[in-house]
Amino acid sequence: MDRNFAARRRRDLIVAAVLAALAALAPLFVKDVYVQNILILTLMYAALSQSWNILSGYCGQISLGHALYFGIGAYTTELLFTKFGVLPWFGMLAGGAIAAVIAMGLGYPFFRLRGHYFVIATIVIAEIGLLLFQNWEWAGAAMGITIPVRGDSWLKFQFMRSKLPYFYFALALCCLAWFVTWWLEDSKWGFWWRAVKDNPEAAESLGVVVFNSKMGAAAVSAFLVAIGGAFYAQFLAYIDPESVMGFQFSLLMALPAVLGGIGTLWGPVLGAAILIPMTELTRSFIGGSGRGVDLIVYGTLIVLIALALPQGLVSLFSRSKAKGATR
Amino acid sequence: MTAQAIIQSLASGLLMGLLYGLIAVGLALIFGLMDVTNFAHGEFLMIAMYVSFFLFTFFAIDPLLSAPLVAAAMFVFGAVIYLLIVRFAMRAKTNAGMVQIFTTFGLAIVLRGLAQFFFTPDYRSIPQSWLGGKTISFAGIFLPEPQLVGALVSIAAFAGLYFFIHRTDFGRALEATREDPGAVALVGIDKNRVFAFGWGLGAGLVGLAGAIMAVFFYIYPDVGASFALIAYVTVALGGFGSVFGAFAGGIIVGLVEAMTALMLPPSLKSVGIYAVYLLVVFIRPRGLFGSM
Amino acid sequence: MTALLETRGVWQRFGGLIANSDVSISVGRGEIVGLIGPNGAGKSTLFNLIAGVLPPTQGSIWFDGEDVTHMPAAERCQRGVGRTFQVVKSFETMTVIDNVIVGALVRNTVMREARRKAYEVLEFTGLAPRAGVLASDLVPAEKRRLEVARALATEPKLLLLDEVLTGLTPTEAQTGVALVRKVRDAGITVLMVEHVMEIVMPLVDRAIVLDLGKVLVEGKPSDVVRDPKVIKAYLGDRHAVGA
Repeated sequence: MDRNFAARRRRDLIVAAVLAALAALAPLFVKDVYVQNILILTLMYAALSQSWNILSGYCGQISLGHALYFGIGAYTTELLFTKFGVLPWFGMLAGGAIAAVIAMGLGYPFFRLRGHYFVIATIVIAEIGLLLFQNWEWAGAAMGITIPVRGDSWLKFQFMRSKLPYFYFALALCCLAWFVTWWLEDSKWGFWWRAVKDNPEAAESLGVVVFNSKMGAAAVSAFLVAIGGAFYAQFLAYIDPESVMGFQFSLLMALPAVLGGIGTLWGPVLGAAILIPMTELTRSFIGGSGRGVDLIVYGTLIVLIALALPQGLVSLFSRSKAKGATR
Repeated sequence: MTAQAIIQSLASGLLMGLLYGLIAVGLALIFGLMDVTNFAHGEFLMIAMYVSFFLFTFFAIDPLLSAPLVAAAMFVFGAVIYLLIVRFAMRAKTNAGMVQIFTTFGLAIVLRGLAQFFFTPDYRSIPQSWLGGKTISFAGIFLPEPQLVGALVSIAAFAGLYFFIHRTDFGRALEATREDPGAVALVGIDKNRVFAFGWGLGAGLVGLAGAIMAVFFYIYPDVGASFALIAYVTVALGGFGSVFGAFAGGIIVGLVEAMTALMLPPSLKSVGIYAVYLLVVFIRPRGLFGSM
Repeated sequence: MTALLETRGVWQRFGGLIANSDVSISVGRGEIVGLIGPNGAGKSTLFNLIAGVLPPTQGSIWFDGEDVTHMPAAERCQRGVGRTFQVVKSFETMTVIDNVIVGALVRNTVMREARRKAYEVLEFTGLAPRAGVLASDLVPAEKRRLEVARALATEPKLLLLDEVLTGLTPTEAQTGVALVRKVRDAGITVLMVEHVMEIVMPLVDRAIVLDLGKVLVEGKPSDVVRDPKVIKAYLGDRHAVGA
């Protein structure tokens, strides 16, 4: 049985490596900038959703306020770059660290809240963050920050001529988020998180310090999401509060995981691979987001998945195999 | 800042607060009844506003007159939503919390999309109604008539709700179900009927609020989002599931918002509400009047 | 040698209700002690105080020579208190083996060792064939056994069993009794709460009877069952024999 388990872990790793290698080759065949753009966004949302999944899926603390950490990553990077000339790479890490600290600071009061109470608190706190940034003159307020063009370079993480470097970074980020999840899944933390999600009282009786578990999940989750925010800011070359901290980001981080399978290793990647291209394509084919068709489509999808497949699309793959077999 | 200005803004804050209470009470009712947060609550409000708008545009029925119609239509809508969708979300065995949250959330997105699709994202308003744009002055304080009427309707609705919950059989059944769903089944009350009625009532109340809001507020597909957030805060302040906590919570939110607007620039007027909310969450996670 | 567990003058009030008044009990190393009493006697409250769900209103709790009165449950588990829940609280979305690994992680930080320990415990409790099954798919008796397995995986010095034998079929109960004996033979002290006397009396070395929040009688099972006070408490005044 032990061997089965190890084999499954190894298989996940191999599948991931193959998928990553295939993805890395994609630009050889995809020359169209529009499609490249969709691929970049898909990878980014897969990474974000994977990170969101750590707190909300594994640890069960559903957050609809992760846009806050995304925005913090973006703003930290760009403020440090434009005001102090700090390279985006350092800004990115600083943003991650700040987001993690804020997540833990907020966790202190919020982790006493359960279920819906917690969800609403996260929505409100992200809204407060948005409001504050909209009114923070030094940070450009509602006008935002335009990132000065300094020519294409990896050092400044800025590319105008080709989108490929962004593609590779998004891919790397996605791999990182996946690998962190893979690694944590079979660690003390991973087990603690799932125990906390299923039954905090029983977890406590088995020596799990529930509060610390949630704090750890929040910190890792926020850190990775902030890295994503920093990337997105460089990718857009322009940020304002609504375009990096708006509620839609909180939603777009949650949805791939919900669709693919919340609290699962493959759910976010699978969900993002379906949802993001679908959203982008409906938008361009049925004309502008103004018509609302994209909203109708994925709203319906969420309702159907939540009702009919609460464990997401990945459960379609594992169900047949899991019967009778020990994992 | 004169005393006059302070009284003026507190008075308008109070009126708005009563209306917030009316917007939020349906949310509190449903939460108290079955421990579900309706994340599409703001969209219920949005739909009610559109219904009121179309009744005015096509049939020239003044929003004040159509309010009961809107409420009745929303009652049916709420009950149908429960029977068609929410009922099934209650059956989830695994990931139950996630299922409930995302079912109503997905519903909210669909409703917003449908509104965009059929009504376009344009901002609409009801140009001329009996109350629109009129004010009453009383001892030097100006009160906008729509808000004043809204506040009165809210007080009447809460009084009616109080009477309903405490004096009628179905109200008692509602109360009994929220106290102990298991026991209710034993006494032979059909839980689904009570829940459907609860959703109808909740939607009807927000419908009433929407009809009045349509008089003085722009109507557009996303209008629900900002009010929904205020409704969550109101309910969280009052204590989830406490119907009269929502009443008190609404008043607090209205007053705090008015005070904040006096002190901070208008773009920050919601900060005060959120700050008070965070304070309450920090000190009393169950809300001011929450008992659970 | 001091007792493994001791409660000293423990009181617990919930508003006006007194659930435990001045309860002093002790459990020696290697014993199986039964905590019994009629419904509402305060057994569950005392049990939760010992497990660390909440601190007592008054009095102190000592475990292994240390005052643990205000120690949170997780820390008590690390000191060697394992417990089960009367209403089973399995980790429903996790497999049986994963449930047990959570417990095993208290003393094994390396995953491989925690996993090995968990399998060992599954063998010990007879759940090994069900290792890969989701906890939600177990039958009630297996869920009870999983509760015990999980607690055993934390390698406790004291195992607190909350009505693990209640509601089982006679065969299941027999398997349960055998398991408790096996646990004791492995050197673990057991304190078990049961409502039904018949099940526990043959099993325990000593019985403590609670009634109305107080210790009523304490002693050998054979003496306790014959004590008029106990009979009266269980059956009410009408059936009192020779009181």
